[in-house]
Amino acid sequence: MENFNYHRPATTADAVKAMKSAGDGKFMSGGMTLIPTLKQGLASPSDIIDLSGIKNSGVSVGATVVIKGGTTHADVAGSADLKKAIPGLAALAGGIGDPHVRHRGTIGGSVANNDPAADYPSACLGLGATIHTSSRKIAADDFFTGMFSTALEDAEVLEAIEFPIPKVSGYAKFPNPASLYAMVGVFVAQLADGSVRVAVTGAGAGVFRVPEMEAVLAKNFSAAALNGIAVASKNLNVDMHASAEYRAHLITVMAKRAVEAAK
Amino acid sequence: MSDTGTGIGARVKRKEDQRFITGKGNYTDDINLPKQTWAYFVRSPHAHATITSIDASAAKKMPGVVGIFTGDDVAEDKIGGLICGWMIHSKDGSPMKAGPHPILAVGKVRYVGDHVAVVVAETKDQAKAAAAAVQVDYDVLPHVVDVAHAMGHKAQIHDAAPDNRVFNWSIGDEAATDAAFKSAAHVTKIDLVNNRLIPNAMEPRAAIGSYDSGMDHYTLYTTSQNPHVARLVISAFHGLAPEHKLRVIAPDVGGGFGSKIFIYAEEVVCVWASKRIGGRPIKWTAERSESFLADAHGRDHVTHAEMATDANGKITGFKVHTKAAMGAYLSTFASCVPTYLYATLLSGQYAIPNIYAEVDAIYTNTAPVDAYRGAGRPEATYVVERIVETAARELKMDPAEFRRKNFVTQFPHQTPVIMCYDAGDYSAALDKALDIAEYKSFPERKAASAKKGKLRGIGFSAYIEACGIAPSAAIGSLGAGVGLWESAEVRVNPVGTVEVLTGSHSHGQGHETTFAQLVSDRLGIDINNVAIVHGDTDKVQFGMGTYGSRSGAVGMTAISKALDKIEAKAKRVAAAVMEASADDVEFKNGTFTVKGTDKKMAFGEVALSAYVAHKFNSAEIEPGLKESAFHDPSNFVFPAGVHIAEVEIDPDTGVTEVSSYTAVDDFGNVINPMIVEGQVHGGIVQGIGQALAEGCVYDAESGQLLTGSYMDYQMPRAANVPSFKLGFTCTPCPSNPLGMKGCGEAGAIASPAAIMNAVTNALDVKDVPMPATPHVIWKTLQPMKKAAE
Amino acid sequence: MPAISMKVNGQAVCGEVEGRTLLVEFLRDKLGLTGTHVGCDTSQCGACVVEVNGKAVKSCTALAISCADADVTTIEGLAQNGKLHPMQEAFREHHGLQCGFCTPGMIMAAVDIVKRKGKSLDEDTIRHELEGNICRCTGYHNIVAAVKAGAANM
Repeated sequence: MENFNYHRPATTADAVKAMKSAGDGKFMSGGMTLIPTLKQGLASPSDIIDLSGIKNSGVSVGATVVIKGGTTHADVAGSADLKKAIPGLAALAGGIGDPHVRHRGTIGGSVANNDPAADYPSACLGLGATIHTSSRKIAADDFFTGMFSTALEDAEVLEAIEFPIPKVSGYAKFPNPASLYAMVGVFVAQLADGSVRVAVTGAGAGVFRVPEMEAVLAKNFSAAALNGIAVASKNLNVDMHASAEYRAHLITVMAKRAVEAAK
Repeated sequence: MSDTGTGIGARVKRKEDQRFITGKGNYTDDINLPKQTWAYFVRSPHAHATITSIDASAAKKMPGVVGIFTGDDVAEDKIGGLICGWMIHSKDGSPMKAGPHPILAVGKVRYVGDHVAVVVAETKDQAKAAAAAVQVDYDVLPHVVDVAHAMGHKAQIHDAAPDNRVFNWSIGDEAATDAAFKSAAHVTKIDLVNNRLIPNAMEPRAAIGSYDSGMDHYTLYTTSQNPHVARLVISAFHGLAPEHKLRVIAPDVGGGFGSKIFIYAEEVVCVWASKRIGGRPIKWTAERSESFLADAHGRDHVTHAEMATDANGKITGFKVHTKAAMGAYLSTFASCVPTYLYATLLSGQYAIPNIYAEVDAIYTNTAPVDAYRGAGRPEATYVVERIVETAARELKMDPAEFRRKNFVTQFPHQTPVIMCYDAGDYSAALDKALDIAEYKSFPERKAASAKKGKLRGIGFSAYIEACGIAPSAAIGSLGAGVGLWESAEVRVNPVGTVEVLTGSHSHGQGHETTFAQLVSDRLGIDINNVAIVHGDTDKVQFGMGTYGSRSGAVGMTAISKALDKIEAKAKRVAAAVMEASADDVEFKNGTFTVKGTDKKMAFGEVALSAYVAHKFNSAEIEPGLKESAFHDPSNFVFPAGVHIAEVEIDPDTGVTEVSSYTAVDDFGNVINPMIVEGQVHGGIVQGIGQALAEGCVYDAESGQLLTGSYMDYQMPRAANVPSFKLGFTCTPCPSNPLGMKGCGEAGAIASPAAIMNAVTNALDVKDVPMPATPHVIWKTLQPMKKAAE
Repeated sequence: MPAISMKVNGQAVCGEVEGRTLLVEFLRDKLGLTGTHVGCDTSQCGACVVEVNGKAVKSCTALAISCADADVTTIEGLAQNGKLHPMQEAFREHHGLQCGFCTPGMIMAAVDIVKRKGKSLDEDTIRHELEGNICRCTGYHNIVAAVKAGAANM
């Protein structure tokens, strides 16, 4: 990989400053996606601004759940408070990558990167989370703007994600058998007001909701309610691992399993 | 056989493990030489193209660049191209059509990843950066990556083979086989694809080449399964230096599975180019993505097979036509894999009176294809065991009993396809496997699965293979360019410790332990007083290396023969010292005794006496105790067994779970059951990988390798496989004194067919292509679901 | 080039690195700790697993400079005072290795599993927890047995 200037600021403000003065800078949190990308020569930024020097880690549960951007997947998965408040989210975090990846990868890095096969975006969208950045708050519905793209500005740091506490939530993933990334991941949540959100990752260009499923589950929150409800395959991903039709099929299967797993 | 102690048959813990579990292994990439430089290869981005120009002027000015070399430089030094060491003749008598394979491309590239130029620089990063700056202009040519469509394709890969066909080879009696089909009561037909695999030893290939101008001598460290063969080829065919001017060292090697048998361009380039840069060592370590592109791949067969049976369910004829991909060039042993290592096993465990097979070997614009764990024999077993299972189903016979009915029962058994099976008891293995797998209660388990909405299937694979490669005269008559004997030297030190120098090479097989067990057993000495030396052409005089499950049957037999000589010589020394006749000296449990007396000497005392040489007439007995032997086997060895797989398929997702796997193998006498079991486990998982997970995919349109990393090529992980149930039967091999057969490849040979027979049984279909990924299974189920609706 | 220091296997070490220098490169090339291996370039094989501040990570996917001042343990640091770690012992006892290339990462990953999941491990847990480590030789059968036994002895 090509060399770069390395910065490890101690505060978010310094991180923003470093980014603004960099020619072509990149924030790095856990580096679990960025470093492989650099190794493959798919990106060659002039500067890497490592956010791990900012003490910005932790899960706090109150009226809502706030997870700081630098919290590792392992810490999210292991949070006893989170397991009680949003078990679906804790379970999702415990299934990202592998144990070693979970020790370094962070929720902020994953959400800011918005890999179309990442798990967290489905929880953000599926719970109607709010993304807190160095300059503003963004609703998840407005945050994920497409493949590897988000509403974040270039020098904007994702500081935390705030999740409402749902009645129940569940996540089911069908991993790509080779990479273990989500080939189809479905996050289902029944929110406090009784409304239901269903968010799908891995299957399309980015995470998306499934209104038809949300509507039937709002009336009857059971796997059986999803019988016969399928997402159209038209805009779904096609690759050697799965056709669009197979992905569409798996969305329904995983949605059912997420509902069954929901607690 | 004893199960304790350190002798033959004992489960001795491995001597080599200490260094591996403490991080003290010594793999090629762990080695750094003074003044070392780094190489990075410029590789073809195209499947097939003419090189119109190479401009390295900008790259040469990049920081740290020491030298940049192309095929023109290689030609200037008259360095020969890579060779294929086995001549195959087509059935019309014409020799195979081998195109040139220069170590750096000349004029043309023929697959994505083909080696075009090398950049040598002070650091790896600098070499890589400069390689990106080498400007290569290409005129892109039509390409073909799919063996089924490559013959006669407009993409003409080598001038030597205008229709891309390297040879059209046949074996067996076509007329007699046709006659058998004419009188058949039933004919079973099947079309099968044996999917292309990428070997993926966990250690990527690496090499360090260096040239000493003071001595006019080259040294090559390389990840090789056979350093002496590498030295022979680099000397005799590449013409780099005569053998006494070239040392090849293969230190700890992190797995091979065949892929490290071959002589590759990168290692030849590193050792050649070292002289070009004034003798500084040049190191190259493959990135995994390079391993995907440029290691020799395995399998890639497309086959049509037909089996004739009579009214009693006896197999009367077998006809096979196979298209075998060779890739863009013929790799070192590529030509023998789909011929003599494949079609000679098409009789399986069965008494089939008439067999005819025809093989078209075909160039494609892909990485070369060569031996990969099992090499031809997994492909043969796949064809035989899939069609036998299919025939049984069509004849409505129990697949176990159909097999039993057709088993060879008399030995020796001459098949119609060269091989003469020497010993075996196939029914015994079948019985044991049926028992361990609880075959009788399978219907209950199937019903239980059905209750959960799952589809359960069971599949058999009664494999046979020929290994212990190989009797030199026999293979020579079939076109091999080398003999496949093995050598050993046993050096007894004056204190009675022993060094064994072997031409075999261990890259995971545990030779440092099993070979020492043999010595410990034979000489009655502590296993810790035995050291096994291998992998260095300056230490071991010659050897043919490790592949084809040959190190036990061939390599250890060579050691055994050398030990015979040691014992004979030691008896003469002992006789002289004890003032007895050599004929009266007996040797047992490490002690020499004189018949009818109480005179005795320990092995160590005799060793010391041999070197002190005071007590015998050195005109009659030479001082010292060191003997060597070469062993050339008289036949292949024939491990065989029955594997039974049980799978459970989730029709909602297409996921196949291997619920249980039983393997009963006959490896003859076993030196270390612990190590043998480990070999079986590993082989089974490679076969499960082939059946359910691994498939190399080149994009037909672009010719690019789509499965170029672990992101897309599924390696079996721990959670993908179960623990295994193993059993053993034993019919000792009559052709070597230890009675050993080979165990290294059996698992990979047997398991794909067992798994796919189970999958097709579960789905009640004739065939599902490998790898039967969830997507493939789901696709297979769709029309069936629709039909049911 | 910036100089960094860290604690590796209990020893204070320092060395110059570039921004891009990976932790595994620092360990292998600068410190000569070649027990940690590189088996892939996509962060999947796990041959490079080491412990950083008590947690198993892939050293091929961490910048050395990001690990400045960290406490790192590699396979070379597992044995104490010449006595093998129980997990090392278990891999030998149960033939949990063949070519040895994946072994350092496997053992480091196994020790980490025990830290997280305790000493009593069932087969399913072990197999699932090994998802970040690939072995081509053993078929995992004996690795699973080794991890189970090693865990019990830790």
